[in-house]
Amino acid sequence: MAAIESTNQLSDAQADDRSLFGFWLYLMTDCILFATLFATFVVMRNNTAGGPAGSTLFDLPYVLTETLLLLASSFTAGLSMIALQRQRKRHILGWLAVTFALGAAFLVMELLEFHHLATDGNSWRRSGFLSAYFTLVGTHGLHITVGLLWMGVLAWKLRTQALGQNMVRRLTMLNMFWHFLDIVWIFIFSIVYMIGAL
Amino acid sequence: MSLFATTSALWGRLSINELPHDVIMAGGAVTVVGAVFATIALLTITKRWKWLWKEWLTSVDPKKIGIMYIILSTLMLLRGLADVIMMRAQQALASGDAHGILSADHFQQVFSAHGTIMIFFVAMGFMFGLINLVVPLQIGSRDVSFPFLNATSFWLFAAGVVLVNLSLVVGEFSAAGWLAYPPLSELQYSPGTGVDYWIWSLQISGAGSLLAGINFIATILKMRAPGMTLMKMPMFTWSVLGAMTLVVFAFPILTVTLTLLALDRSLGMHFFTSVMGGNPMMYVNLIWAWGHPEVYILILPAFGVFSEVVPTFSRKRLFGYTSMVWAIWAIVFLSFIVWLHHFFTMGAGADVNAFFGIMTMIIAVPTGVKIFNWIFTMYRGRVHFTSPMLWFMGFVVMFTIGGVAGVLMAVPPADFQLHNSLFLVAHFHSMIISGVLFGYFAGLSYWFPKIFGFKLNETLGKLAFWNWLIGFILAFVPLYILGLMGATRRMDHYDASLGWQPLFIVAGVGVMFVIAGVGCQVLQLAYSIWKRNENRDTTGDPWNARTLEWATSSPPPEYNFAVIPDGSSRDALWEQKQNNKPLPKDPLYTDIVVPKNTPYGLFIAGAALAFGFAMIWHILWLGAVAVFALLLAIITRTTSDNTTRVITAKEVKTMEGTQ
Repeated sequence: MAAIESTNQLSDAQADDRSLFGFWLYLMTDCILFATLFATFVVMRNNTAGGPAGSTLFDLPYVLTETLLLLASSFTAGLSMIALQRQRKRHILGWLAVTFALGAAFLVMELLEFHHLATDGNSWRRSGFLSAYFTLVGTHGLHITVGLLWMGVLAWKLRTQALGQNMVRRLTMLNMFWHFLDIVWIFIFSIVYMIGAL
Repeated sequence: MSLFATTSALWGRLSINELPHDVIMAGGAVTVVGAVFATIALLTITKRWKWLWKEWLTSVDPKKIGIMYIILSTLMLLRGLADVIMMRAQQALASGDAHGILSADHFQQVFSAHGTIMIFFVAMGFMFGLINLVVPLQIGSRDVSFPFLNATSFWLFAAGVVLVNLSLVVGEFSAAGWLAYPPLSELQYSPGTGVDYWIWSLQISGAGSLLAGINFIATILKMRAPGMTLMKMPMFTWSVLGAMTLVVFAFPILTVTLTLLALDRSLGMHFFTSVMGGNPMMYVNLIWAWGHPEVYILILPAFGVFSEVVPTFSRKRLFGYTSMVWAIWAIVFLSFIVWLHHFFTMGAGADVNAFFGIMTMIIAVPTGVKIFNWIFTMYRGRVHFTSPMLWFMGFVVMFTIGGVAGVLMAVPPADFQLHNSLFLVAHFHSMIISGVLFGYFAGLSYWFPKIFGFKLNETLGKLAFWNWLIGFILAFVPLYILGLMGATRRMDHYDASLGWQPLFIVAGVGVMFVIAGVGCQVLQLAYSIWKRNENRDTTGDPWNARTLEWATSSPPPEYNFAVIPDGSSRDALWEQKQNNKPLPKDPLYTDIVVPKNTPYGLFIAGAALAFGFAMIWHILWLGAVAVFALLLAIITRTTSDNTTRVITAKEVKTMEGTQ
C-alpha cells in the first residue's frame, strides 16, 4: 500500500515531468499555429495584386544576418542550460544576458525591415501576399518578444532566488521555447525568404 | 489604423446610439441586464459574496469548475432556445404577404447567434463540464495535471459567454452566419460591431478550450491510478483523450483563422477580401479544417458517455472494447481529411470531390462499429430502462437516421442538390441534438448523484426525454422534407404559393414540445433538490456501476480518493465487487497535497475580456491597459512558488470518518 501511495504524491520530479510534457504539448499546438500561417502564406504568395513580389523586396544578406543572430542566441541559450546543470548561477545569468542581447538585436533588425517596407508603400495593406508575409513573420516576432520578456522576468527572479526545482523547470521550458522559435525561423528563412527571393 | 483614427479616442466606436431600438432587441437587452441585476441583488441580500468568492470563483477544484461550466451552459441553452423560438415563429408566419415578427437583419443576427451559442457555449460547455467532473475520478486521480490552468480555461470560456451576451445590450451581433464566411464578414459588407463580437467571443473561449485540451491530455496520460494501463482505461476517458487530441490539433487553426479575419477588419489586410489578392475560399478551407474536427470533438465524449451508460444499465461489460478504442482513433484520424465535404460546390474539381466524398463515407464505418457494439452490449443483458438508457435509445435511432442522411450528402452530385438546403440543417441537427445533446443529457443524469450526492427524479427525467424526442422528430422531419422540396436555409420569408407553410408550422409545434422538454428538466432539477433527502446516495455507487468514479463517496471529498484505488483491471470497481474484495478497515492515510485557491484565473480572463471589448469597439487605451494587466497577472502567478497546501493524514482520517 505504501508503494502505491508514494507514486501518487506530488513529488517534485513528477510535477516536473508533468509540466514539461504539458509544455511539449503546448509547443506542438504552436507548431500547428505556424503551420497554418505557412499554408496561408504559400497559398497567397503569388497574390501580389500588381504590387511587388518577394524577389524585389527581400534583401537576403540582411536576413541572413538576422538568421545568424538568432542561431547564435540559440547556442548561448544552450550554454545557459549547461551552466544550469552545473548549478552556476552567475554563468546562467551571463549566458541569458547574451541570449537576450542577440534576441533583441534580431527583433530590432526585423522591425527595421518592417518599417522600411511600410515606408516604401509596401505595407500589409498593399496585397494579399504582403498581408500573409507580415502576419507570418510578425507572429514569429511576437513570439520572440514574449520570449525576451519571459527571459527578463526569469533572470530578474533568479538574481534574488535560490536555484530551486521550480526555477530549473522554468528555465528548461524557456529554453525549449527559444529553440522552438529558432526552428520556426529556419522554415521562415527557407520558405519565405529563400524561395521568395528566387 | 485609419479606421481607429475616425473614432473617439476615449470611447472608440461606442456611443449611446448603440443601445437597442427595436422592441424585441430591447427585450433581449432588458432580460440580460435584469438577470445580472437580479443575481447581484440576490447575492447581496443573502450575504453570499464572500461564500461565492471563496468556494467558487477562486476554486481550482475540477468538480466545482465542472459544475460552473454546466451552469453557464444551461443558461446559454436557454438563450439559444429563445433564438430557436424566434426563428421558428418567423418561418411559420412569414409566408406571402405576412412578414413575421423579425426584420431581415434581426433574423440574420438570431440564426448567427443561435449557431454560435449552441456550439461554442452550450455543447462545448457541457462537454468540458462533464470532463472536469468525471475524468479525474474515473482514472483514480486526485486532480488534473494543471489545476490553475484548468480554472483559467473555464474563466476564458466565461469571458466568451459575457461577450456574446453583451452584444445584446450594446451594439449588435454578427449577421454573417455561425461561421462568418467572407467576403460578407469583411468590413466592406459588415461594417458594424457584430462580426467583431463573434470573433472575440470565439477567440477568447477558444483559447480556453485549447488550454483545457492540453491539460486533459496531460492528465489522462500522466495521472492514471497505478495498474491502469492504456487498454484498461474506461471508455469515456478514451473518448475524451481522442476529443482532446482533436482539440490540440484543430483549435490552433481556429485561432489563426479568427486572427486573420480580425486583421482584415481592423488593420486593412487582404487575406479574405475579394480585392487586392485576398482569397475568400482560403477562409472557408481554414474554418472547416477546424470545423469538421470540432463536430467530432463534440460527439466523441457523447459516445464515451454511452459507452459507460449502456454497460452499467445492461449489467454487462462493454462489447468489443478494443474495437471501440480503434474506432475512436479511426474517427480522430479521418476527421481531418473530410473537411472539404462542407463545400463540394466550391468547384475544386471531380477528383478532389471524389476523394473527400469517399473519405466521408468511410468515416461512417467506425461510427457504425460503435453503434453495433452498444447494441451488442445490450443484447442478452439485464437492461434497466432508466432515463440515461432512454436518451441512449433515442440517440441510436435518430443519430443513425441523421448519419445516413450525412452519407447521402457525402455523394458530391447529391450534395450539389442538397447544399445549403434545409435538408442539411435537419442532418446536422440530427447529429448535434440527438447525438451530442442527448449524450450529454444522459451523462448529466448518470453522474448527477456522484457530484451532488442525490439522484434526479426519474419520472420527470423520462417525461423530459419523451418531450424532447417527439419535439425533435416534429421539428426536423419537416425540415428534411422541405429541404428536398428546395427550401434553402436562413430564409426570413418565402412565397405562399410554394406550399411550405404547413410544414414550417409542424416544425414550430415540434419546438413547443422541446420547450416542454426543457421545462421538465428545469422542474426535474428543482423537484430533485427539494426532495433530495429522499434520494440520497449513501453508497457512492447508486447504479451498481463499473468504473472507479463510483469507488469514492458521493459527493467526493476535495481530494477525490483518500487512498488511491487500484486500476489494474477494466471495469475496476465491478471486478472488486465481483471478487468481493473488502476494503481495508483502517487504511493507511497519507498527507495529501492540494492546490490553493487562486483568483488569478479570473483576473486573466477579466483582462482578456477587457481586451476583446477594446478590440470590438476600437478603444485603444483600454486595449493597452488590458494587455498590461494580462501580462502582470500571468507573470505574478507563474513566478509564484507558494501554490499548494497540505491536508494532513490526520485531517483526512477525520474527514473520512464523518462521511
